[in-house]
Amino acid sequence: MATTDIGPPDYKEMLPEVIAKNYGKWKYHEDIKPGVLKHVSETGDEAFTVRCGSPRLVSVDLIRDLCDIADKYCDGHFRFTSRYNPEFITPNKDNIEPIIAAIEKIGLPVGGTGRGISNMIHTQGWIHCHGAATDASGVVKAIMDEMYDYFVGKKTLPQKLRISLACCLNMCGAIHATDLAVVGVHTRVPTIDHEHMTVLCELPTTQASCPTGAIRKHPDPNIKSVTVNDDKCMYCGNCFTVCPAMPIAHAEGDGIAIYVGGKVSNARKAPMFSRLVIPYIPNNPPRWPEVTSVLKNIVEVYASNAHPFERVGEWIERVGWERFFKLTGIPFVEQNIDDFELARDTLRTTTQFKW
Amino acid sequence: MDDKTPMMDELEKGPWPSYVKELKKAAKKSDAAKDLIKVQERSFEEKMTMWKHGGIVGVAGYGGGVIGRYISRPEEFPNVQAFHTLRINHPSGWFYKTDRLRELLDVWEKHGSGLCNFHGSTGDIIFLGTTSEHLQPIHDEITAIGWDLGGSGSDLRTPTGCVGPARCEYACIDTLDFIYNITMEFQNELHRPPFPYKTKIKASGCPNDCVAAIARADFSIIGTWHDNLRIDQDGVKEYLDSGFDVQGLVVNKCPTNALEMVNGKLELAWPEDCVRCMHCINMMSKAIRPGVDKGATILVGAKAPVIHGACLSSVIIPFMKMEPPYTEFKELWLKAMDWWDENGRTRERISELIDRVGMRMFLRAIDVEPVPQMVYRPRANPYVFFDKGV
Repeated sequence: MATTDIGPPDYKEMLPEVIAKNYGKWKYHEDIKPGVLKHVSETGDEAFTVRCGSPRLVSVDLIRDLCDIADKYCDGHFRFTSRYNPEFITPNKDNIEPIIAAIEKIGLPVGGTGRGISNMIHTQGWIHCHGAATDASGVVKAIMDEMYDYFVGKKTLPQKLRISLACCLNMCGAIHATDLAVVGVHTRVPTIDHEHMTVLCELPTTQASCPTGAIRKHPDPNIKSVTVNDDKCMYCGNCFTVCPAMPIAHAEGDGIAIYVGGKVSNARKAPMFSRLVIPYIPNNPPRWPEVTSVLKNIVEVYASNAHPFERVGEWIERVGWERFFKLTGIPFVEQNIDDFELARDTLRTTTQFKW
Repeated sequence: MDDKTPMMDELEKGPWPSYVKELKKAAKKSDAAKDLIKVQERSFEEKMTMWKHGGIVGVAGYGGGVIGRYISRPEEFPNVQAFHTLRINHPSGWFYKTDRLRELLDVWEKHGSGLCNFHGSTGDIIFLGTTSEHLQPIHDEITAIGWDLGGSGSDLRTPTGCVGPARCEYACIDTLDFIYNITMEFQNELHRPPFPYKTKIKASGCPNDCVAAIARADFSIIGTWHDNLRIDQDGVKEYLDSGFDVQGLVVNKCPTNALEMVNGKLELAWPEDCVRCMHCINMMSKAIRPGVDKGATILVGAKAPVIHGACLSSVIIPFMKMEPPYTEFKELWLKAMDWWDENGRTRERISELIDRVGMRMFLRAIDVEPVPQMVYRPRANPYVFFDKGV
């Protein structure tokens, strides 16, 4: 049997020399130009970072191409950011332009720093997930093609703007607290395969999985299965997660919802959840044009209305959600009003509002 | 069968790097990757996933780290009939030395599709797509070269931290060392799912929280400081001389109005009002720095929506020193895990248990006294328990 529990490699083996030497001694940093950072140490040392985008779903060949660049210019070291961006770090300023040229040669865009749009956090989608209500990589590719100028710094925004995508309500990856969140949604109740229910599923777990208590034991004691109260089902798909005999995916019912205004940083305002602004857009592969145009509109309205350094959520909280819907032209519909467990917290209990 | 994939081909166009090009690179060497392109095209046509509900697969001695995946139409896509995923625990801070990484990639190319994610949502390297008989050889070969699997299922998921002191002047704690230390300490909890459901630990070096710890980790460790931020007036003068609007963009935007410009100097006029939000430091990193009495705020309970709605973590320990071997943190975490393990229902995250039985029960279980920093405001309702008497 193989060795077990050896854990990951020690990070100390992986650090470039300039990082190891100045570990914990960094004094300040500057954005030199889009995609390039300069960090200055108490020791007087400087480290230059070149950041680029990647599609996240990559071949070993692309990672080897990145290794080649690191071998040539960065003494065999590189890293990734929390948003899938490869970074090349060098103490040698003269390496910046050759690194940029090498990155562009393998087809990756340099950028993702400062007041723009960095890479999208996203999930697996139809590439690999059984519960996906939409694709991930394909939608992300379509959105990032549209947002490209904000990544490479050709266009800037009042503050950084983060876009994320989750292909179902599980929202893997802090999708619920991001400036623009793209979320795969089902809109039809699950079907029940009574015949295979006891083979595939544990009934109490299946019942307990429902957030609204819509799933009950089948009233006929001879049928070892469950029933769904359609009126209580809000299509979260959690029953399918625990019980394969309750498929919920539906070609015409599945689609995308857009949530807006979340953030995780504590800067200025406390972290915020993203809020539902568009409950449903049908899946329209390969480029999801309705989704990209909606996002482009929100980004542009934010760009021309927010104060400098306001995140999307801070801007909306300042002007009011009623102004947000007016400025973006997005229709306000019944799904925008919460009716889950903490709904009352979102109702307006004051006469103060804007027309 | 028609092998044309017009919708996939469309996504090779456009300025953003194309994952379809990556799939096609992998397809030159792997029949599974070739089939995966067809699977994706079929999903685009039918607007549905082609993948079946999981399956129990794994490697000897572990209960996690591998996610089973099978195609729903094996006759149409025989080369991805089984297309399992492995999670490989990343080094802290996602730093790599190329020779070590190349060794790892070679194992994957030999045994799998050659497709991967750098990285998955948990922070792991994801190896995407192999068959059951390759799983054990992959594990044997990666451990032989010093790598190991990450977490999945009802275990401690792979802990993740930000770049921290390696390359960030904001870092108030050593996120890389902390993450590596607890990852090594809790290998058993990471590899053999012992809990009611998944649980996560993420660490950010400062309140900017670049790994979103507060939004997605049951235990969110966020660097902060207990004294006053440090202002270098020469640095302030440099910003003023460059024409930067210190009053408008920094002083006026301080959320608690703790800063003031006095005779050309930037003063923390009301230090007791500073809530260490990072805005002024973010704006003027050459002139303003965190204090020197550094540690972390420990917050508990973040998770995504399922089941009872998304939660952000809330303050449990306002300030904890974070020095190796992190004994205080480990004891706290183990107490919390014991209580959750004892009281949690299947698939109930710790915040849902706290909501079900009350925060006071959690605080008692972990021996932590209530403090006002834990809440925005006290309760307004009169439904109060006195189960310990008055």
